[in-house]
Amino acid sequence: MPPKPIKAKAAPTSDPRKRSKRGDGDDLTEVGDGTEQDDWMQAKTLVKPDDQLELNETELKEEFTRILTANNPHAPQNIVRYSFKERQYKQTSSVDQLAVHFALDGNLLHKDSDEARRQLSRMGLSEQKEEEKEEEKEEVAEAEGGAAAEEGGEEGGAEGEGKEEGGEEGASPAPPVAKGGSKEKKLTNQFNFSDRASQTYNNPFRDRGTVTEPPPRASFASNVTQWEIFDAYQEDFEKQEKSKEKKVLPGRKEEGKTKKKFTMTETSNDDISRIESATKIVERMVNQNTYDDIAQDFKYWEDVSDEYRDQEGTLLPLWRFSFEKAKKLAITSVCWSPGYKDLFAVSCGSYDFMKQGNGLIIFWTLKNPSFPECFFEADSGVMCLDIHPQHQHYIAAGFYDGSVAVFSTVERRDGPIHRCTAKNGKHTDPVWQVRWQKDDADNNMNFYSISSDGRICLWTILKNEMVYQDVIRLCLPDVSAEGPDGIKVPTTGCGTAFDFHKQKDYLFLVGTEEGKVHICSKAYTSHFIDSIDAHNMAVYKVCWNHYHPKIFITCSADWTVKIWEMKDKMDKNEGGDDSRKPLFSFDLNNSVGDVAWSPYSSTVFAAVTSDGKAFVYDLNVNKYEPLCEQMVAQKKKTKLTHIDFNPTFPMVIVGDDRGNVISLKLSPNLRKMKAEKKGAPPVDEATKIQREVEKLEKILSMVREQPTEATAN
Amino acid sequence: MSEVEESLKRIQGHKGVMGTIVVNSEGIPIKTTLDNSTTVQYAGLIHNLTAKARSTVRDIDPANDLKFLRIRSRKNEIMCAPEKEFLLIVIQQDEQS
Repeated sequence: MPPKPIKAKAAPTSDPRKRSKRGDGDDLTEVGDGTEQDDWMQAKTLVKPDDQLELNETELKEEFTRILTANNPHAPQNIVRYSFKERQYKQTSSVDQLAVHFALDGNLLHKDSDEARRQLSRMGLSEQKEEEKEEEKEEVAEAEGGAAAEEGGEEGGAEGEGKEEGGEEGASPAPPVAKGGSKEKKLTNQFNFSDRASQTYNNPFRDRGTVTEPPPRASFASNVTQWEIFDAYQEDFEKQEKSKEKKVLPGRKEEGKTKKKFTMTETSNDDISRIESATKIVERMVNQNTYDDIAQDFKYWEDVSDEYRDQEGTLLPLWRFSFEKAKKLAITSVCWSPGYKDLFAVSCGSYDFMKQGNGLIIFWTLKNPSFPECFFEADSGVMCLDIHPQHQHYIAAGFYDGSVAVFSTVERRDGPIHRCTAKNGKHTDPVWQVRWQKDDADNNMNFYSISSDGRICLWTILKNEMVYQDVIRLCLPDVSAEGPDGIKVPTTGCGTAFDFHKQKDYLFLVGTEEGKVHICSKAYTSHFIDSIDAHNMAVYKVCWNHYHPKIFITCSADWTVKIWEMKDKMDKNEGGDDSRKPLFSFDLNNSVGDVAWSPYSSTVFAAVTSDGKAFVYDLNVNKYEPLCEQMVAQKKKTKLTHIDFNPTFPMVIVGDDRGNVISLKLSPNLRKMKAEKKGAPPVDEATKIQREVEKLEKILSMVREQPTEATAN
Repeated sequence: MSEVEESLKRIQGHKGVMGTIVVNSEGIPIKTTLDNSTTVQYAGLIHNLTAKARSTVRDIDPANDLKFLRIRSRKNEIMCAPEKEFLLIVIQQDEQS
């Protein structure tokens, strides 16, 4: 390489122009052949170009001064440009002085540079070779560029040598290639990485299984019905309600608990007691089967013979109610329940002063004649009772010992819920009648009682007690007993019966043992509105007509039943004696225990006597004779004590003095109603009452004219 | 003696009553006046029948319930009254037969 710079130094001095020319021309050919290769390889000989000027010493030493300037001689001096600022053409002062004579982009790379390495690794071995060659060529070309002074003559020889060299080169490249390859490996595989694969033995497959004991199974099948779903929801609903209540009222929790406990123990005590209502139903069914014929008679049988008997009728005995415990007691009162048409209550006691004992209140239902629906036992004879018209479970009762009591059939108790004592208003004589009245202004229940001690009491039931109030004291104004010291003491009358007016609350009748009947008012306690000497013996019953507001009936131990009309005060003043006479009087040939107006007709009434007979009258049919006179008692000596009409069915119940109650059906003749015209519209209640009143009034008007004849027998 | 037992006794005392059986909810007779085999037969059959009858009534109207069931046969009458968990069966001979 050293000779090359020498040449280069020499060349420019000799003839730069020539050299550049030739160099240009040779350049291509030489590069293609590579002939100049040897030129610098063997640069030991100095070669002079042929056309080199021969200069002498002086010429050689002659100095040529050349000044290099930065000005470009070809650059234009007079370039003008339009200036918009000054609106005129102006000469530009700065002119580009740069002149490019030659430019060539090189593609040489340094072997050790990063890029070269990358290229090498990309191209692989074969390309490496070419690369090298090219490099050499490039180098040659450069050298050529520099050696402009080479002679054309030499070229031939140089070429030949070049060829030789090329041959040598063609053989020699192998070792460098190998070298290059190893180098390359080192580069890419610096960690001596190698892939190696091998296969291990596979583990043999194994299956293993165990069976556990199966969980217990049960098949379940069920049908769900609509009501089961309903019940489930209902239960859930109740639960929710309960939980709500608990949340709202934590204070009540304990109360509820104790209640629950109580009911729990009650139910668990006797399991079988839960079927109580079922036994009741079945008992009634059995009774219905047993007394089937009676039930049929009660409902459907009508006495056909009535048609041939003209007017008379009969009483058909139906069920007979008897109770073991009441065998020796007399029926002292009978009362149909105002709410349940098959239910009635009777009180049992004794009318015999010498044979007083215990008493009974018995509830019978037509559905079970063999055993009472319920009963209360009392230590004293029960002489009367009354069922409350609105609250049908309350029963007022009067006792032989003078006390009154209130029983409740709902509250399961053996005794009464209220009973008066000697301290609070107890009568001093037997109580003969009790009667419920309308609730007072404070909605307290109240009832009246009448006793032979001459007092009529009002009993009001407050929350926990029963308070009394004397309404009237019966006295005999004309008769006065003489006291021990000669002072006249007014004698008291003995009340035995009373009845309250159906429309006028304040008006009521009182019958006394002396045979008097007083018309009283609740408002005047001191005196009577009217007083009648009705009977010669004790009055057993007074009773207002159901329809006519002025008519009432009385019965007495003097064998008579009498019908009276309450006179207005004006009438009374006109004819004083008139009011003393009854409209009707019937002699029944024995002591009349009880009389009752029928609920279906204003003219029909029934009475019972001590010789065991029952009488039924219809004034509309016969004003003098009973339509029916029938022996009801089973034994000759049995006395009939009381009678009552059923409010709906055509039947009466009759009580005797041996504790029996007999139910009797009225034959069609005994309940003849006014024949209705065919096709007439059904009458309403008001007109019906009106008609009944008219019917009775018509009969009465006939009687009034000739009152003396009215007394039969 | 409780009231129920008394009334059961009264029922039994009625004319023509052959027997009374009280059956619990599972159809097991807990009180009877009949002999064992008859009781078991009646209890099993009537219990099913009553359950069916009750189901019928309640399916028609869930708020409704069966009060009692009377089976009138040629020879006798079987009266069944379901009450809570119990069923009361009374067999009564027909009067005419």
